[in-house]
Amino acid sequence: MKVDTRWQDENLVVLTEGRVDGTNATEFQDALTGAIKDSSSGVVLDFANLSYISSAGLRVILMVAKDLRRQGTKFAACSLIAPVRDVFVISGFDKIIPIHDSPEAAIGSFKK
Amino acid sequence: MSDTYKILVVDDEPDLEPLVLQRMRRRIRSGDFTFVFAHNGVEALEMLQAEEDIDMVVSDINMPQMDGLTLLEQIPKVDPNIRSVIISAYGDMKNIRTAMNRGAFDFVTKPLDFEDLQLTIDRTLTHLTEWRAALSSRDKLVALQNELDVARKMQQSILPTQFPQGDDYQSFGGMVPALDVGGDFFDVMRLENDCIGLAIADVSGKGVPAALFMMSSRTLLKGAAIGAREPGDVLREVNDLLSEDNDAMMFVTLLYAVFNPATGQLTYANGGHNTPLILHADGASTELPLTGGVALGVMDDMEFAQGSVTLAPGDALILYTDGVTEAMNPEHEELGMERFQQILAALPSHTPESINKAIFDGIRAFAGGAPQSDDITCLTLFRGPSA
Repeated sequence: MKVDTRWQDENLVVLTEGRVDGTNATEFQDALTGAIKDSSSGVVLDFANLSYISSAGLRVILMVAKDLRRQGTKFAACSLIAPVRDVFVISGFDKIIPIHDSPEAAIGSFKK
Repeated sequence: MSDTYKILVVDDEPDLEPLVLQRMRRRIRSGDFTFVFAHNGVEALEMLQAEEDIDMVVSDINMPQMDGLTLLEQIPKVDPNIRSVIISAYGDMKNIRTAMNRGAFDFVTKPLDFEDLQLTIDRTLTHLTEWRAALSSRDKLVALQNELDVARKMQQSILPTQFPQGDDYQSFGGMVPALDVGGDFFDVMRLENDCIGLAIADVSGKGVPAALFMMSSRTLLKGAAIGAREPGDVLREVNDLLSEDNDAMMFVTLLYAVFNPATGQLTYANGGHNTPLILHADGASTELPLTGGVALGVMDDMEFAQGSVTLAPGDALILYTDGVTEAMNPEHEELGMERFQQILAALPSHTPESINKAIFDGIRAFAGGAPQSDDITCLTLFRGPSA
């Protein structure tokens, strides 16, 4: 599991790579909260290279989403592979974390 | 059980004391229980403070001076590890719900069925033992294996061991826990109007934290469900209560359905759980139509849409967790929906028990010795007479 960040149109794009499950959820939490601490206008969670996420990983994402919502920072996820997308849709978390096809689409949704 | 548990019975009815002592005499003689008695909430609180070794309270609701619901609020201030069971009038769903929301572990109804009371006491004490072990293992940070053992036993202590059945329906459920305890549970309960409530759930995470969250989910669900209320309302209430103070963002996917054996109608609402299947008499199976709905505990004030289908005679409803469809073989392939449905299509018999057994056997055969990474849980309801 690896977490990287880049800036795109003044938004923070956070790329997660690999598997997130119970064995590395704490590590994932530290990496993700570290990555978004200097977020500005919006945060995009780019999951293009996220191959698997367990409920322990989803919990981390929900915690981050809650913090961002509290701060009033816009956020969205994008580029989920089909099995990961299924996890979000079945759990209903796509209603809490908006899901888009690309970082551009996610950033575009912030402007609306 | 080697220790003798001390149970405080609180009721303003003076006849109850000799009756309890008489009906529970075997368990008292064998050293399982000892009973003390109080006649109202005030007296009960005084006893709890004076006698520090009371493990459990069984309390009536309507009493002079301090009623059972107020007592429930006060007990945790004396000792948060005392478990309570409420005695209520049959059908007094409002008070039962309030009691469960105030932390009652379970309830029994009047007129008292002493066999049921004994079962309920046993379940509560089993749970209490595991709860204490969980607390002490957290305090001492003992070996992980021990902690998982505690979580597994807590999980087992809340699963039903008796399954409702009638002239025109049968039910059966089972679970095979993963080594590290995934957080699955199920429940099946008789409701008012001869309806049956069925629930299947999967709590996020694993181990003791999942087991503790599972406990509250199950208690709140039971409290919300009784009285044959609409599944959508039940989920909304449980979700609101679980969402309070949940900064750790634990969540539970939970599907709750109410079945009316007289008409075959099944009404359900879903909080982010896998879609159940209906297995038809000819072996074909179809998914229950989706209703949307978010997993519980994450955000309050959510609505849960309901769906409704009619089970035909010979249909079986199969509720399951993702441990079934995501079971892996040594090549790291998942069982998947297609293979799951193939297992169901090949069944020679559709009794709930045989369906459950065939699913567990089918998964074991597919896994071929590969380690089981998640709990595997199935709850089946069959519409039709027993064979």
